Amino acid sequence: MREITFAEALGEAMLEEMERDPTIFTYGEDIAKQGGIFGQYKSLLGKFKDRVIDTPISEEVIYGSALGAALVGMRPVVEFHFADFIFTGITSIVNQIMKFKHMTGGQGKIRVVLRGPDGVAKSAAAQHSESIETIFMHIPGIFVVIPSTPYDMKGLLKTALRCDDPVIIFEHKMLYKIKGPVPEEEYFIPFGKADIKREGKDVTVVATSRMVHESLKAAEELEKEGIDVEVIDLRTLVPWDKECVINSVKKTHHLVIAHETWKRAGWGAEVAATVQEMAFDYLDAPIIRVGAKNVHIAFSPPLQDYIVPDYKSVIDAVRRVLNV
Amino acid sequence: MSDYSKEFLQSLYRTMVRIRVFELKAEELFLQGKLPGFIHLYIGEEAIATGAMANLRKDDYITSTHRGHGHMIAKGASMDRMMAELYGKKTGYCKGKGGSMHIADVSIGVLGANGEVGGGLPIAVGAAMGLKMQKKDSVVISFFGDGASNRGSFHESLNWASVYNLPVIFICENNQFASTARFKETTSVENISDRAVAYSMKGITIDGNNVLEVYETVKEAVYRARNGGGPTLIEAKTYRIKGHFVGDPMLYRDQKEVEEFWKKEPIGRFENYLFENGFMNNQEKESIWQEANKEVETAVKFAEESEYPEPKEALEDLFENDTGYDYF
Repeated sequence: MREITFAEALGEAMLEEMERDPTIFTYGEDIAKQGGIFGQYKSLLGKFKDRVIDTPISEEVIYGSALGAALVGMRPVVEFHFADFIFTGITSIVNQIMKFKHMTGGQGKIRVVLRGPDGVAKSAAAQHSESIETIFMHIPGIFVVIPSTPYDMKGLLKTALRCDDPVIIFEHKMLYKIKGPVPEEEYFIPFGKADIKREGKDVTVVATSRMVHESLKAAEELEKEGIDVEVIDLRTLVPWDKECVINSVKKTHHLVIAHETWKRAGWGAEVAATVQEMAFDYLDAPIIRVGAKNVHIAFSPPLQDYIVPDYKSVIDAVRRVLNV
Repeated sequence: MSDYSKEFLQSLYRTMVRIRVFELKAEELFLQGKLPGFIHLYIGEEAIATGAMANLRKDDYITSTHRGHGHMIAKGASMDRMMAELYGKKTGYCKGKGGSMHIADVSIGVLGANGEVGGGLPIAVGAAMGLKMQKKDSVVISFFGDGASNRGSFHESLNWASVYNLPVIFICENNQFASTARFKETTSVENISDRAVAYSMKGITIDGNNVLEVYETVKEAVYRARNGGGPTLIEAKTYRIKGHFVGDPMLYRDQKEVEEFWKKEPIGRFENYLFENGFMNNQEKESIWQEANKEVETAVKFAEESEYPEPKEALEDLFENDTGYDYF
C-alpha cells in the first residue's frame, strides 16, 4: 500500500469531502495562503478559493460563527491554529456550539468540525504546547477525536465531515510528518471504535496520539525482555471504546494508561476509574497512569523532556505494573 | 403626514401590545411562584423589536439576548410554546431544557436567545457568512445590549462583518444598564454607535422608544445588507423600566428616575400618535388589548395543562443521532 504523511492524509480527506459536499468550507488563521503552518492544508492551496478562508485572529468569532453558519445549512471546518488558543474563544465552543442543540430541545444540525494542532513540540513552551483534549471529554456536547496515524486521521476526518454533530479533532504537531499506509479507496472510521495497534498478552497499554507511538516503541523494547505488551489506541475520547479496553484487561490483567496531557485529572483518570468499576476482579495490580507532570510545559529542552512522558515513561510503568 | 397605512401602523401597535402583555403576565406568574428559574423582562423596549422585525422576511434571521421574549414574539414565535418553555413544560420551544434565556426557533429564523451577554454576535456573523456563501439575499439582525458592546465578541464580530462585507445589522438596545451597572459608568463612549467608525461601517444612534424611527432606520440598513452593502451598527437608546430580572431590588437607581421613564415608554407614545392622526380609535385600541390578553391567557392555559417532561428526557437532544455516547 502507498504511504503518505499524516498531513497529506488530512488534506486528502478535506479535498475529497469538499469536492463532494459544497456546504463544506474551512477557515482559520494561516490556512488559505499558507496551507497551514504545519503543511496540513497544502493540498487545498489554490483550490476552493471561496471556501478556504484566512481569518482575522478572532477566536471567539471563529468558533461562534461556525455555529451560525451551521444553523443556516453550512458545514464549517474550523482550524484552531494551536490548541492552547482555544481558550481565547472557548465560550463560543462550550457555551454556544456544545450546548445549542440540547438547550433548544434538539434544534438545528450543528455540523461543525473544529480541528488543529495540539501537543508538545520541540521547545514551543507553555502557550504553544498544551494537550487539552480532556476538557472536551469532560463537558458534554462534542465528539472528541484524537488520531495517531495517517490512516486514522483520514478515516476519522471523513467521518467527522459527515457527522451531524460537533466534532473536535486534536492533531499532534509531531505527527504531521510521519508516514503510514493509506489505501487509495474510500474508507471511514467510526467514532468510539478503538484500534489494537499491537496485540499482546501480558499488559494492556491504552494510549492516544503521540503516546501511541511511544507505547509501541516501549513494547518493542520490552519484547526483548520477554514482556508482551498490548497497545490500544482509543482514537476517540467521546465516545470511548470501553468494551475494547475491558476485554483487553480481562486478557492481560494489567493496565497502563499513557497520555501526554497532565496526569492529574487527565482522561486516563476516567479510563482507570471505569475499568475499576467494571473489571476490578480481573486486575492483578493497581492501574498505573503515565502523563505529563502537573506543571506547565517549559522551554528549555531538558526541562521539557523531564515534564512530558515518552517511551521510557511507559517502559517504567509497565515494569512497575508487572512488578518486574 | 404619513405614508403608512392604518393596517401597518396598527400591526406595529399590536405587536408592541402583545409583547407588553406577555411580559406583564410572565412577571405576574413569576411573582406567584409559578415559573422556575428567573426571567428578564423587555418592558419599555418593545419598539425596538417591533420596528426592526417589521422589516424582516421569514427567511431572515435574528440572534437575541437573555431579554429575548420581545424579539421572539416580533419574529413570529408562538406565545403558547414560549409560555410552556417558561413553565419548563415539554411542549415548550426547548422541551423544557432551555427556559426563558434559550428560546430558539430555527424554523422561523430565531437562532436563539442567549444567556451569555454578547454571545449571539459571533453566531449572527457566521449565519450571515453562510447565507452569503449560499448566495441568498437573507439578512441577519443581531440584538444585544449596551453591556455586550464592551465585550470582545462585539468588537471581533463587527470587524469580521466589515472585513467580509456581511449582511448583518447589529442592533444595540442601549437600555442604560448592564445588570446593575450603569452604562455611563462602564462604557468609554457616549454613543455606542461611535464605535462603528473603528470598523468602517455606518453607525447611527436613534430613539429606541420611537417605533417608526426604529422601523425606518432598520429598513435602510436591511436594504443595504440585502443588496451587498454590508453591515450597519444601530444603537437604539431606550430604558430598562424593570429590574435586571424579576425580583431585582434595584438598589442602584432612584424610583423617581423610573417614573420619569414610564412617561416616555414606547406604547403610550405611539398610541398618542395614532390617536392624534386618526389611525386608531378607542374601540380599536380596546380590541387590540383584549385580543392580546386573550392570546396570553390561552398561552398560560396551554402551558399549565401541558405535561412536564419525563426526567429521562434530560438525556435526549444532546446529539442528532445517539452514536454510543455515554450518558452515565
